Amino acid sequence: MSSTTAQAAVGLLNRERTIAGIGFSRWMVPPAALCVHLCIGQAYAFSVFNLPMTRLIGITQSAPDDWKLTDLGWIFSIAIFVLGASAALLGRWVEEGGPRRAMFTAGLCWAGGFLLSAFGVYVHNIWLVYLGYGVIGGFGLGIGYISPVSTLIRWFPDRPGMATGMAIMGFGGGAFIASPLSVWLMRLFSTPTHIGVAETFIVLGLIYLCFMMVGAAIVRLPPPGWLPAGYVPPAQPQKLITTRNVFVYQALKTPQFWLIWLVLCLNVTAGIGVLGQASAMSQEMFPEQVTVTAAAGFVGLMSLFNMGGRFFWASVSDYIGRKSTYFVFFFLGGLLYSLVPQTGAMGNVTLFVLCFCVIMSMYGGGFATVPAYLRDMFGTRYVGAIHGLLLTAWSMAGIFGPVLVNYIRQYNVEHGVAKAAAYNVTMYVMAALLVIGFFCNLLIREVHERHHMPHEEADAMGIAD
Amino acid sequence: MSHTTTPLHLVLAWGFVGIPLGWGVIQTVINALKLFQ
Repeated sequence: MSSTTAQAAVGLLNRERTIAGIGFSRWMVPPAALCVHLCIGQAYAFSVFNLPMTRLIGITQSAPDDWKLTDLGWIFSIAIFVLGASAALLGRWVEEGGPRRAMFTAGLCWAGGFLLSAFGVYVHNIWLVYLGYGVIGGFGLGIGYISPVSTLIRWFPDRPGMATGMAIMGFGGGAFIASPLSVWLMRLFSTPTHIGVAETFIVLGLIYLCFMMVGAAIVRLPPPGWLPAGYVPPAQPQKLITTRNVFVYQALKTPQFWLIWLVLCLNVTAGIGVLGQASAMSQEMFPEQVTVTAAAGFVGLMSLFNMGGRFFWASVSDYIGRKSTYFVFFFLGGLLYSLVPQTGAMGNVTLFVLCFCVIMSMYGGGFATVPAYLRDMFGTRYVGAIHGLLLTAWSMAGIFGPVLVNYIRQYNVEHGVAKAAAYNVTMYVMAALLVIGFFCNLLIREVHERHHMPHEEADAMGIAD
Repeated sequence: MSHTTTPLHLVLAWGFVGIPLGWGVIQTVINALKLFQ
């Protein structure tokens, strides 16, 4: 009897059981996607645990047996590495099993990672935290990130950029919730002799489990051949938008995949480097004008533009096209990066802030526009899996960006350049990266038809193009 | 069993994600305002 119940429960996760019935509104799908992305977006706020976790034994200050910041930095790094690896390796499994199974699995991994990490904190064993948040949670991140992408694109063939932009905006917004919530929970569970990190992990894990299960429950796939009311697909093939499909691993054999990989990597490298250094950079470039508190406000403002840009630019790409959108990122981004040293020389904080707000919006926009770019190039069938493979560009940029910014600044300071001017070369290097990105984007053409899946094979898979 | 989405379903689904997100955005805006103080 119990095995029958288990089979029925597993059956609910099947792709076939996720097909929407008549009367289902496609506007239920973005909240389902947001249920997942708002939760896994917590990863951006993990740093709020760093300092408390260095005082778990000493409480008021670090004791010799307490974890070091350098040990704790690995938790986030492992999670991001596993995100990229799992998205790349499990993309096909996610696509073929459907969004509900993927969201359900992502929820179990993400919440399970928190619970195991809570135990690791409780017994003070950092390896359990690496395994919990880093590896198991990292799988939740990777699977969860790509799980709603192709589903949204299928539901919104008329506005694919806006649809995926909404979900990926949620990933940016997840930190806005997690950061103050984590601080509040830690305060709630802390006593003069105890820091409430483990309890906070448990509560967060349970909250995220509920949210992600709700997302898995309400997500639906459109029936094959479904189209939104009033939407008529273009009769003539549009430039740079395919009506065919490319198999996930076949995409790796196309120059388009690697050019888009470079486009994403360069756009992210330029943004991620300054994002991590924004607070220090604003204070060092404007030592008389920007205080520590104001710098924190600057970081918050950049995060808002990072999130808003995801929705704005991805939506804009539906009207002007993906290639043109990336041209804007690279041209305007390069121009603004070149302008930043002048703002420092002029002492113009407002212009400096304005430059970085626009740059951050385009950094977020780059993430959010890329799924629709992949759909245009490779079709809908395996877009989520191909997106998973592309996320390795993010992992690479996560290493290059901060390293470039930190090392160039350090080199300048060691060679006698004033701190206020130490970032100038970095800004020009970032601008140069964006110029390279501009030319990579320029080289992108339609995928050659020899890479397309045969029609009958695609039809057999029940593709709703 | 009917699978028709009602306006109430949509309000509940969007409220479920919109309220926490709105709260988080407000907290961040309050933090960001320190830049202009």
